[in-house]
Amino acid sequence: MNTMTIEARVPLDGALNPNAREVPLSSTQITDYDHRQTVGKITVDNPKMLCREVNVYYSEKHALRQVSLDIGANEVIAFIGPSGCGKSTFLRCLNRMNDTIASCRITGQIQLDGDNIYDKNIDVVQLRARVGMVFQKPNPFPKSIYENVAYGPRIHGMVNGKAELDELVQASLERAGLIKEVEKRMDEPGTSLSGGQQQRLCIARAIAVNPEVILMDEPCSALDPIATAKIEELIDELRENYTLVIVTHSMQQAARVSQRTAYFHLGDLIEIGETDQIFTNPKHKLTEDYITGRFG
Amino acid sequence: MLSSLLLTLLLLSSAGYYLGRNRAFRVAGDHIRNLHSLPSFYGSYTALWCGLPALIVVAVWAMLQPGVILELVVAGLPPELRELPPDRLGLVLNDIQNLVSGNIVSSAPDPAILAAAEHYRNLQLTGHVCLWIVALLLATAGIAYGWRAISPKLRARNQVERVVTLLLIASSTVAIFTTVGIVLSVLFESIRFFHKVPLTDFLLGLQWSPQTALRADQIGSSGAFGVVPLFAGTLLISGIAMLVAVPIGLMSALYLSEYATPKLRAIAKPMLEILAGIPTVVYGFFAALTVAPLIRDTGAALGLQVASESALAAGLVMGIMIIPFVSSLSDDVINAVPQSMRDGSYALGATKSETIKRVLLPAALPGIVGSILLAVSRAIGETMIVVMAAGLSANLTANPLQAVTTVTVQIVTLLTGDQEFDSAKTLAAFALGLLLFIVTLILNIIALHVVRKYREQYE
Repeated sequence: MNTMTIEARVPLDGALNPNAREVPLSSTQITDYDHRQTVGKITVDNPKMLCREVNVYYSEKHALRQVSLDIGANEVIAFIGPSGCGKSTFLRCLNRMNDTIASCRITGQIQLDGDNIYDKNIDVVQLRARVGMVFQKPNPFPKSIYENVAYGPRIHGMVNGKAELDELVQASLERAGLIKEVEKRMDEPGTSLSGGQQQRLCIARAIAVNPEVILMDEPCSALDPIATAKIEELIDELRENYTLVIVTHSMQQAARVSQRTAYFHLGDLIEIGETDQIFTNPKHKLTEDYITGRFG
Repeated sequence: MLSSLLLTLLLLSSAGYYLGRNRAFRVAGDHIRNLHSLPSFYGSYTALWCGLPALIVVAVWAMLQPGVILELVVAGLPPELRELPPDRLGLVLNDIQNLVSGNIVSSAPDPAILAAAEHYRNLQLTGHVCLWIVALLLATAGIAYGWRAISPKLRARNQVERVVTLLLIASSTVAIFTTVGIVLSVLFESIRFFHKVPLTDFLLGLQWSPQTALRADQIGSSGAFGVVPLFAGTLLISGIAMLVAVPIGLMSALYLSEYATPKLRAIAKPMLEILAGIPTVVYGFFAALTVAPLIRDTGAALGLQVASESALAAGLVMGIMIIPFVSSLSDDVINAVPQSMRDGSYALGATKSETIKRVLLPAALPGIVGSILLAVSRAIGETMIVVMAAGLSANLTANPLQAVTTVTVQIVTLLTGDQEFDSAKTLAAFALGLLLFIVTLILNIIALHVVRKYREQYE
């Protein structure tokens, strides 16, 4: 087959078997392209979030069909798939960011620590404080670096007094790996930073609210390789304290940072499993086609 | 005369355009690609060579001709007329010009003046014929030059575009020169005023009654020119208007841009903007006939003394009038804040109102200040409502229930009707205008400064 392409697409990373393509595919691989039932184990032992039969409609368009999966505590789970496959839509369901889109309708169950987040009694504001989000394009507020990070703690009344706030801002910037670069320029506007720094500022801003889950929507797609490497390193460190869900177009990135990977295709969750297994031994032909670069 | 010449030049230019374009096709051979520019640029190039020099000559000629002819006529006058003092000579020349254009003349014309008029008419005719000849010659020469210059290497596009750039520059300077012209004319009249009334009396005087005496012994014409009561009235009314317009305008802008459904917004926004389209005179009688009596009656019920013409009535109605300036512009700038800002704030668990307060308003501040500033200048410059609802008496008071008057209203009353343009009363209008201009200029500068200081840039 086209071995060259494969080698170019799949990194010869420590986590991956360098001779991945040499390993014979499991005899049970699904080769039927029309098979849209999720392949792989959707459950985990210690789930942080549970999603069951989630459907999303934009007006008449059925954007996401019957998606069920668990997100384990302190894991990094990556959503991959070609453009328009519904991975970002699903991500935005997890903190109800889709609420801001008038035509969007969601059915099914999404639980955070056992509570349905679409329940009437759930305050979406508190939910978003627990499930933070980092966007594709860095979007620092047009305020100073300090004010950007202090924004969340301020609106949630998390601190008493200036000293505590200073400490929290410092700590958040430190955890986002940005403190050394901005220590002396906290009063400069956040927009004066470089793209990668801005994205880490957005991560610091999300961390400052002390969320339990952090959603990242293609956080590195607007960044250069060096900035990307820094963010990936950061994601790995953040796993200790947070649960991370990351949508990415880069399969290398998914392979590098995540423990589990879910492959979406045209609104269906096709396959989910351990990242190693997805990249070395995909159980569905569609997944294999995608990760070997046959399309997408 | 002149218009038919301009029309002819236009026709010649369009002929030049086609000639140039055809020649471009011809020199291109079988492929347009061989040309440096598209054929239409060669056409424009020829047309410009035809039209521009001729137009410039026509313009200069039209400006100079009357003066030159007048000089010649004066030179041809009999000596006894020529030796008249300048103002009498001016009258004679006026008569001559009136004779030429067939208007009514002040007295029965004497033969010398009739002869001069004939001379004038002849000169004018000669001038026009010469102008026609020169302009047509120039135009044809231009076509010939442009036509001959066309070759595949000629950079017609660059040259045409340079002319277009010059045209754009010229257009933008028109506004600047107009402003300068207005300022200068107001300035000179004001200086004449300040020869009659000292500047300090004008700026610091607490009395405004611009009636000057015609005779020294006349009574009831004190002639006090203190602007303080006028500016106090202007500030009082504008202040009331802004108190009405800014909160209502801003809040409706926030509702429209952040809360209203797109459908409602599509209906409500044009409806609000209709307010700006109502003629101010209609607002004026609404204020005078509906609002003012309402305020007076309410005041009477509360045991307050309310004048039937009050600053409050004028200010309230003016405030309603300028709501759309604030709301429509603010709505636009709030809408222009990128969605990613809102998303970022919501994702941190902010509510809609927190997002508006802490992210949207700061980001949209420059535009909002701009819209408020526009509303302020509208309020300061507004005349009709104040004339009808606030009265003409220059009271120095901070009580909104009394009648006051404003700078603009006084300018109107000073300049309406028959005026002598050398009395302090009339010249005072120019001084008021100048002062008003300076005040709004200062307001503008302050606002610019505020915007620059507090602006939060989101790109």
